[in-house]
Amino acid sequence: MSAHWTTVAQRLFPEGHAISEQANFLSGTAQVGGETVAVIGTSEHVPIGVEIALAQAQAVLETVRCHPSRPILILVDTQGQRLRHRDEMLGINSYMAHLGKCIELARRQGHAVLGLVYDQALSGGFITSGLMADACYALPDATIRVMGLPAMARITKVPEERLMALAVDNPVFAPGPENYLRMGGIEAIWQGDLAPQLADALVLAKAQATAGQARDRRSVTGFARGGRKLAQPVIDAVRGGHAVSS
Amino acid sequence: MSAATGTRLLAPHSYREANARERLACLLDQDSLDEWLPPSARVTSPHLAQLDAPVAFDDGVVIGRATLAGRPIFVAAQEGGFMGGAVGEVHGAKLVGMLQRAIDERPQAVLLLLETGGVRLHEANAGLIAVSEVMRAVLAVRAAEIPVIVLIGGANGCFGGMGIVARCANAIVMSEEGRLAMSGPEVIETANGVEEFDSRDRALVWRTTGGKHRYLLGDCQTIVPDTIGAFRDAAVAAIDACARQPIGLTLAGLDAEQSLLRERLVRFGDCGDASAIWAALGIVDPGRLPLLEADEFLAAVAANRLGAQA
Repeated sequence: MSAHWTTVAQRLFPEGHAISEQANFLSGTAQVGGETVAVIGTSEHVPIGVEIALAQAQAVLETVRCHPSRPILILVDTQGQRLRHRDEMLGINSYMAHLGKCIELARRQGHAVLGLVYDQALSGGFITSGLMADACYALPDATIRVMGLPAMARITKVPEERLMALAVDNPVFAPGPENYLRMGGIEAIWQGDLAPQLADALVLAKAQATAGQARDRRSVTGFARGGRKLAQPVIDAVRGGHAVSS
Repeated sequence: MSAATGTRLLAPHSYREANARERLACLLDQDSLDEWLPPSARVTSPHLAQLDAPVAFDDGVVIGRATLAGRPIFVAAQEGGFMGGAVGEVHGAKLVGMLQRAIDERPQAVLLLLETGGVRLHEANAGLIAVSEVMRAVLAVRAAEIPVIVLIGGANGCFGGMGIVARCANAIVMSEEGRLAMSGPEVIETANGVEEFDSRDRALVWRTTGGKHRYLLGDCQTIVPDTIGAFRDAAVAAIDACARQPIGLTLAGLDAEQSLLRERLVRFGDCGDASAIWAALGIVDPGRLPLLEADEFLAAVAANRLGAQA
């Protein structure tokens, strides 16, 4: 079910693209609805280490510097942050935070930012990519999760067999994009012809960027879709200084 | 110690040994905390019951407004004693609500006492989105020109997605005992073996993730002794220092961070251990650093540490 990025790019960009791949780091431009879009991303489920986080940040900063208001599309396929001593020693959380801050800067400076999980998304690699977008989309076969089940079992002390059972269909544990859709983390799942859906998403994101709507609406969406029933009521209660309404 | 009776802990009191409420009682001006959704409100996690896990009446985080040395602030403190301070749906929403309210009411600063493993794995998907929302809310507070200061000194450290969130703040204050990183050593060991990262080698864990190493790399602004009073003084100083700096993200600031992180990779990318980085920084006899008290350490490395902030 693995989706190669070139196949996805062909479906997304029938007007053409100039995206190159170097050590699983994708960067370049593509044409969407007659407009040039900056594309950054990763391929082949590559773990996000310090180098690739920095390369993505560099591409975002160059877009902000040289191409004001050019939309940015983040193509997500990662097994998560790289789990190595060296990355931790060098401060990988600082590299990933830097990438997240660069995307936030782009948004604040009027760039529409879209994400697309075209294969895998996991944990820190998702928090600093698709989850930083104005709106993140997913293909139907995408998998999105927090951590591999063996490590999760070790940390939570919950037996792996029980976690495996929960991962089949429990909305909090199952890795399918529809669970993230219901919780507001994914805006929509794109089926069929991708190009018109990307073009529509871009029009929407640009309208919101122009209106200065940098507001994070995921908890509102997650409540409306019934996937996260408490987050938005708690936010409202704290912000309004009243009890949580149920 | 009880906030209700107004009794205060005597300084110096260990920050590491205290729980979240004790830290706040000692750190903030006396009786100044106005807590929102306190334990009496009983707002608990909706996800823990299916794993037969216990709930906490504050879901492991205290939020509210207070004063710190007279400065009006909003504050949050994570309770490491409840699920390692990990972020679930309610815990995250309390943080987001406090941060959004900060934009409405404009305190002088927001103070985050982080002690957390990151996403609460028992609430997996909901926890991941919640951490992302906290990250975006922290950056929104900064965009509103309100500084965010992070304190790290609890026994559980600051890990996972919250290790990323911490580095989205304007400044971080750490103790030597504090730890700041991304993946916990246990997670790395489970994935890639004990040869990659021995999670039971405490000295290795400390060298790799501890406050002194983070300070030397420039990932935190201050390192303090393990007392709540020292954290309090450093937090006040960090808030006041923010008055002289840009608060929101800027292209110039992120360009500088890009250069700094690239240089770190070039200079230290081949080091096999944090102590090799300390030696490369020109520190004489790096093996003695773990033994130094905070002020001795600061004096010994003042000329060698790297600076960083975006």
